[in-house]
Amino acid sequence: MVQRRRRSIAIALLVPFALAFAVLAPAAAPATAAARVIELVTPAGFRVWMVREASIPIVSVEIAFRGGSELDPPGKEGLSRMAAALMDEGAGEYDGLAFQRRLEEFSVSLSFGAERDTVRVSLRTLSENRDEAFRLLGVALGAPRFEASAVERIRGQLLADVSRRNEDSDFIAAKTWYAKAFPEHPYGRSSRGEPETIRAITVADLQAFAAARFTRGEVMIAAVGDIEPAALGALIDRALAQLPLSTTAPVAVTDVSVRTPGSLTVIRRKSPQSRVFLGLPGVKRSDPDFYAAYVMNYVLGGGGFTSRLYQEVREKRGLAYSVSSYLMTFRHAGLVMGGFATVNDRVAEALNLYKQEIARLAAEGISEAELADAKTYLTGSFPLRLDSNAKIAGNLLGMQIEGLGIDFLDRRNDYIRAVTIADIRRVASRILKLDDLTVVVVGDPQGLTP
Amino acid sequence: MTVAGSPLAEGSLGPLRRLALAALALLLGAAVDARPASAAGAFPADTFTLANGLEVVVISDHRAPVVAHMLWYRIGAADDPLGRSGVAHFLEHMMFKGTAKFGPGVFSKNVARQGGNENAFTSPDVTGYHQTVASDRLELVMELEADRMRNLVFDPAALESERAVVLEERRQRTDTDPGALLGEHMSAAQYLHHPYRIPVIGWEHEIRAITLADLRRFYDRHYWPNNAVLVVAGDATLATVRALAEKHYGPIPAGPVEQRARPQEPPQLASRRVEYRDTRVGQPSVQRSYLAPSSTAGAQEHAIPLFLLADVLGGGGTSRLYRELVADAKIATGTGASYSGSSLDLGRFFVWVSPAQGHSLDAAEAAMDRVIAAIRDGAITEDELQRAKQNLLAATIYGRDSVAGTARLYGRVLTQGRTVADIQQFPERVKAVTVDDVKKAAAHVFDARRSVTGRLLKADN
Repeated sequence: MVQRRRRSIAIALLVPFALAFAVLAPAAAPATAAARVIELVTPAGFRVWMVREASIPIVSVEIAFRGGSELDPPGKEGLSRMAAALMDEGAGEYDGLAFQRRLEEFSVSLSFGAERDTVRVSLRTLSENRDEAFRLLGVALGAPRFEASAVERIRGQLLADVSRRNEDSDFIAAKTWYAKAFPEHPYGRSSRGEPETIRAITVADLQAFAAARFTRGEVMIAAVGDIEPAALGALIDRALAQLPLSTTAPVAVTDVSVRTPGSLTVIRRKSPQSRVFLGLPGVKRSDPDFYAAYVMNYVLGGGGFTSRLYQEVREKRGLAYSVSSYLMTFRHAGLVMGGFATVNDRVAEALNLYKQEIARLAAEGISEAELADAKTYLTGSFPLRLDSNAKIAGNLLGMQIEGLGIDFLDRRNDYIRAVTIADIRRVASRILKLDDLTVVVVGDPQGLTP
Repeated sequence: MTVAGSPLAEGSLGPLRRLALAALALLLGAAVDARPASAAGAFPADTFTLANGLEVVVISDHRAPVVAHMLWYRIGAADDPLGRSGVAHFLEHMMFKGTAKFGPGVFSKNVARQGGNENAFTSPDVTGYHQTVASDRLELVMELEADRMRNLVFDPAALESERAVVLEERRQRTDTDPGALLGEHMSAAQYLHHPYRIPVIGWEHEIRAITLADLRRFYDRHYWPNNAVLVVAGDATLATVRALAEKHYGPIPAGPVEQRARPQEPPQLASRRVEYRDTRVGQPSVQRSYLAPSSTAGAQEHAIPLFLLADVLGGGGTSRLYRELVADAKIATGTGASYSGSSLDLGRFFVWVSPAQGHSLDAAEAAMDRVIAAIRDGAITEDELQRAKQNLLAATIYGRDSVAGTARLYGRVLTQGRTVADIQQFPERVKAVTVDDVKKAAAHVFDARRSVTGRLLKADN
């Protein structure tokens, strides 16, 4: 749900150390694709949400298995990510290099990733190579090798990645925030792990992960592309029907709320700029007030160049290049998050402004004009989220993960239109409580007293 | 890049070796991601030119009721006046400050009210403004964009607040990032004379010195229809776009646009080394950059072979660097290569390595040099080239899924004075590359005298 619109510089120099990757938020979709979403039930019983799109000779498939990094055992944080990273490093008759060469030979893109509460698989293939693409997917899921040489190589890469991030102010701020907010819950632990936890992961852990996670039990599948439903069903079965039925107990992660309301933590680092990362308890995706909170957040700090925070912090005073707020909806907790980066001697001023805007919205709500503008933006921009096959597939998967229903794309704008001033006032006074604000500052801020 | 959510919650990134692939995709993906006029359903591109010189490209793709409107000016940071680095970028920020007709904030507010997304960017060669809207709102954004081509209001108060924003942007992008700081120094060392040596955002002391008059002069010299390319991509037809462009851009007169004449590089005779130490470095690394021809500068025949060479050397887990340094010798945890061959003037070819624990940066650099030397001396095989070709050609098909990506490709190519035909012939030209072509390109580019080696190290305090 993060809007990351800002004026940007395309720097010609490609610095590989600094690549940023966006969080793919489960989003929603618009009308034309909506009309064409079908649910396919394969012969083996898998339910697949799909859109047939024949204008480009490609097929995109998105798969999610329930249970992500939140299930990493204490002391083995990073296990899900490490296992995901190894899923294309050797399987069945192929060692890692042979498997990747095979993917390249058929121009197949296959990637695995660990989210908080799911493990994701993305498969993209040219239509003409789809048989081999799905065969390779099946091999990867059904017979991962976890060979020692690959495990140690990937471990080295993950250790290097964590060392790099542990020096990055953004990462430090976020990690600290979650650790403070959720001290005894998986959300408080880094899904990337720490050097000692990454070192503690064994091949047996990885094998246990794959056996427990890649089951027929809670799998969700979305597909968009140049393929007939029956053919897709047969290919899905070929890749997934081999998987075992779920053998482990259901996921045991509890709901949780922020544990450190009202705290300010400063982590001193030599830097010309301080990074401020803050958040409040919010609403979960399933909350009846989710849409009210969503519209509220658009007005507060979600609206690109037009939000209140953008106007007050950036446009009027030049206090930050980027300033925003966003809703974070985990399965077991909802949050309103936000932040900015500003020069050390103006951190206190900018933070006060940020707090004032939270307090003002909580006390006064928003105006009719703001509500109308928010609705025209949020409904009018909805089709923009569905302008590529990849985006549509991602949305169809997100809808399944969030339990939104197959007709969600048709209904989504109605949910936005139904939000009233009173709804916003209610949800704002419920969640925008300054006393609940947890703030982490990384840098060398002046005049800021915890 | 910072306020985008919790990195803890992020999960889509695989292991580090994908960085090389991602880097390549950033570079190549946009450069090659359209393959018009091939498989069924390809998006045809039509072009026409208005009487005032504005070039227009229309790429029709009716999958979604959405249209992207992008206006590209043939002016970038490398055209900043001497001693006033950052002007092109600063002006890009000021373009959102309002005109006589649409006051401060109105542009963005109107776009948002229509459900549109917008942004802008400055690169060394071009400055671009773009909006994406539902297709029935195309005229609205076109009216706004046409209006600010000549009618911008330069307000002193807006200048000062925006200067503070630009300085924060510089801190956020560069001053807090050791890798970016090393990058600035490497660019300054790579280009002895050409303005690519200067950062796009500008040096801090020069950003502080930029005046309203500097910005206005730059605007008046360069923001004219005959110095711009309009790209409309998505759910729009040629006839509609032509009518709307005539109505909104047509009345703007052509301006006194001069040819760009940038200082060019002298012969480079001495290799350079740059070392940056910073307490914030979590992982040391070494990177090498070689001055390289681009599609429009220097020995242009090497450009497409160099795109392929970057993939052979550093494109993911099957690449030479990864296989030899990470998988076999285990001397590195990460490595990659990339080629910035779409710059207007001479570009660069990059190779980088991050050493594995227990191995020195020197050892990693020496290992990297052995791989480079082998390739320079002709070690590339037919198999490797076929693999790279296949990757590149597949990328041209996959790239068509993104209308915005296709639009960016056309914008970039056409602002360089190249043509739609160049894009459409790209796949055939890739297929025609031989092992011998890549060997020649490698021998040409891997010349130590035209290189900069940059080392990033952790400082103790």
